[in-house]
Amino acid sequence: MTGPRPTGDRLGRLLNLVPYLLARPGILVAEAAADFGVTEKTLREDLELLWVCGLPGYGPGDLIDMALDDTTVTISHDAGIDRPLRLTQDEALALVVALRMLAETPGTGNRDVIERALAKIETAAGDQADAPVAVRLPGNEKRLDEFRAVVERGHALRMTYYTAARDETTERVVDPMRMVMVDGRAYLEAWCRRAEGTRLFRVDRIDAYEELAEPSLPPEEAVPHDVSEGVFRPGPELQLVTLRVGRGSRWITEYYPVEEVTRAGDEWVVTMRVTDLGWAQRLLLGLGPDVTVLGPPELLTRIHDQATAALDQYSTPGR
Amino acid sequence: MSRTRTERLVNLVICLLSTRRFLTAAQIAATVPGYEHDPEDPRDHEAFQRKFERDKAELRELGVPLETGTASVFDQEPGYRIAHREYALPDILLEPDEAAAVGIAARLWQHAGLAAAASSGLAKLRAAGVEVDPQATLGVEPIVTVDPAFGPLAAAARDRRAVTFSYRVPEVDDPATRRLEPWGVVCWRGRWYVVGHDRDRGATRCFRLSRIVGAVRPVGRAEAFVPPENVDLISHVAKWSGPVAHNGRATVVVKQGRGAMLRRWATDTVPGPDGDRLTIPYGDAEYLASKLVGYGPDVKVEGPPEVREAVIQRLKEVVARS
Repeated sequence: MTGPRPTGDRLGRLLNLVPYLLARPGILVAEAAADFGVTEKTLREDLELLWVCGLPGYGPGDLIDMALDDTTVTISHDAGIDRPLRLTQDEALALVVALRMLAETPGTGNRDVIERALAKIETAAGDQADAPVAVRLPGNEKRLDEFRAVVERGHALRMTYYTAARDETTERVVDPMRMVMVDGRAYLEAWCRRAEGTRLFRVDRIDAYEELAEPSLPPEEAVPHDVSEGVFRPGPELQLVTLRVGRGSRWITEYYPVEEVTRAGDEWVVTMRVTDLGWAQRLLLGLGPDVTVLGPPELLTRIHDQATAALDQYSTPGR
Repeated sequence: MSRTRTERLVNLVICLLSTRRFLTAAQIAATVPGYEHDPEDPRDHEAFQRKFERDKAELRELGVPLETGTASVFDQEPGYRIAHREYALPDILLEPDEAAAVGIAARLWQHAGLAAAASSGLAKLRAAGVEVDPQATLGVEPIVTVDPAFGPLAAAARDRRAVTFSYRVPEVDDPATRRLEPWGVVCWRGRWYVVGHDRDRGATRCFRLSRIVGAVRPVGRAEAFVPPENVDLISHVAKWSGPVAHNGRATVVVKQGRGAMLRRWATDTVPGPDGDRLTIPYGDAEYLASKLVGYGPDVKVEGPPEVREAVIQRLKEVVARS
C-alpha cells in the first residue's frame, strides 16, 4: 500500500478544492490552506490555475469562476466538479479499519457515535468499504471507563503501582495526561513526580489509587511518549545480557525486544538489554535449562547460587 | 507535475464529466487545451497518443472511473467519458461528534502508507462539506501499529486472490514458503493475523503478520476462491488465546518484602515466622512453577505436589546445567 503519488497530489487537491469551496462560501483563504495542509501562497496558485480551467468552449460562462479577494474566496461556477471523487479502496480501508479499531477500543467514550460514523462511511464508500478486516481488542471495559473518567476529571493521583522490571509495588503521585492503548494493552500516561519523568503505567498494574484534591499539572517538559515502536524501547545505557537459547525457548526473541539473534549450531545466541538483573534472573530461572547465560558472569553466578539455595530448602527435612 | 499538465488533466476531467456521449481520442484532442497536434504527422500523432495514455493512467491512479465505450454501433474507435454517479462521493451527512470520531480515526495510523490513505480520504470528506474538528480527542487513544504485510494481504483478501509469502516461526531458522487463499486479516489483542485456506496443508490456517519475511506476492487471478460463508475470522485466531481457568490452589511461603508479583496473585496471605504463606490460584502447574523458581530461595512451595515437584525438577535441571 502506498499513498497517492506525489505527482498526483496537486491534481487530487484541485479536484477536492472546488467542492470544498462550494460548500463554504466566503471562507478565509488561510483557513482553506490550513485544511489542505498547504501554504496560503500554494492555495492561491491552485485557485489561479482553476480559474483558467472549465467546460469545453472555455469562454467566460464555461470557466470555473470565483470571487477572490485579499482574504476570502467564493466559487460562483464549478464547471461540474461539484462533488469530491469517491473514496479509493485504500482510503476506505484506512478509514474503516481505523474506525473499527476505535469502536473496539475498550473504554472509548461514545461508542455509539463511532459506530454511527462507521456505518455512514461504509455506506458512502460502497463496495470499497467491504474490508475483510476484523478487529477485537478485549479489555476490562469497566476499569478503562473508570480511568478515562479519572483523566477527564483532571486531578493528581496517588497510586499503588506494580513494576514488573523490579518486581516491586510502590506508592507514587502522578499527574495524569492521557490514556493510550498499545498492542492491545491499556496504559495511563502520566508525569511521575517521584521519577520526575513521563511514564506509561499499565492499567492492570495499578493496584489502588486515590484522586487528590489538587489538579493534574504535568510540567512543560512532560511530553507524550512516541509509542509507535512499542512501549519498551531499551536504550544503550541498559545492561547487555548474552544468552544461548534452545529451540523450546526461542519464543522469547519474539516476545521481548532483543538486540541480536545468531545461529550457533542447534541453538541461538541472543543478546538483549535489561533494566534490572533481578528481572533477568526471574526470567531465566523460569525458562530453565533450555537457556544458558553467557554473560555477564555476575548473572551466571547469581542464577546458579539462587537455584542451589532454593533447592536446598527442599532437601532439608522439617524446614 | 507541471502546471500545464495539471491544467490539461483538470480540463480533461471536466470535459469527460460533462459529456454523455463517449468521446474518442481525436474528439478529445480537438476539444481539450494541451492536446493540440497535427494528426497527419505520424511523429506528432504518436507523441499525442503517448501523452494521452499517460494522462489516462494518471487519472485511473487517482481513482477517477474512466469509462470506455463507443458512441454508436457504427463507431470503430473507443471513446471515453466519466459518469458523474461513479465519480462523485455519495452524500454523507456526519454529525459533529461523528465527524470528530472520523478525524481521530484518521490520525491513528502509524504506518506511513495507511496514514496517507486515511488523510486523503479525510480530505475528500471535508470537500464533501464535512467539518472535522482537528482538536477533538477521545478518552482512550489506540496506537495502531501494523505490519508491512497488512496492505497487500487485505487487498488480496478483498480481491479473493491467492498469495505466497515466506514465513518464519521462531523455532525454525529458515523461512518456509506458504501459499494461502486469504479470507481476511484479524487484529486480536493488538497483534495482526491473516486467516485463510493453506493450499499446501489443505486446511484452515492463521499466520502472524510479524512473522512474514519480505514481500507478499499475489498469485493468479482475482475471484479465484470463495471464503466459507459467514466465516468468523476472530474465532480462528482467538481460540488459541482464550482465558485459562484458575482452579488449582498452591500454597507457597514467601520471604518478607519479596515476591511482589506473587502477592498480587494471592487470594489469601497469612504472616508466619519464615515469611508469608500465600494461597495462589493457578491453571497450569508448569506455568506457575516457571514463575516460582524465578524467585530462588525467596519462595518455598508447600503444595500441592504437582507444583512442588515441578519446581524441584526445574531447579535440579538449572543446577545441573550451570
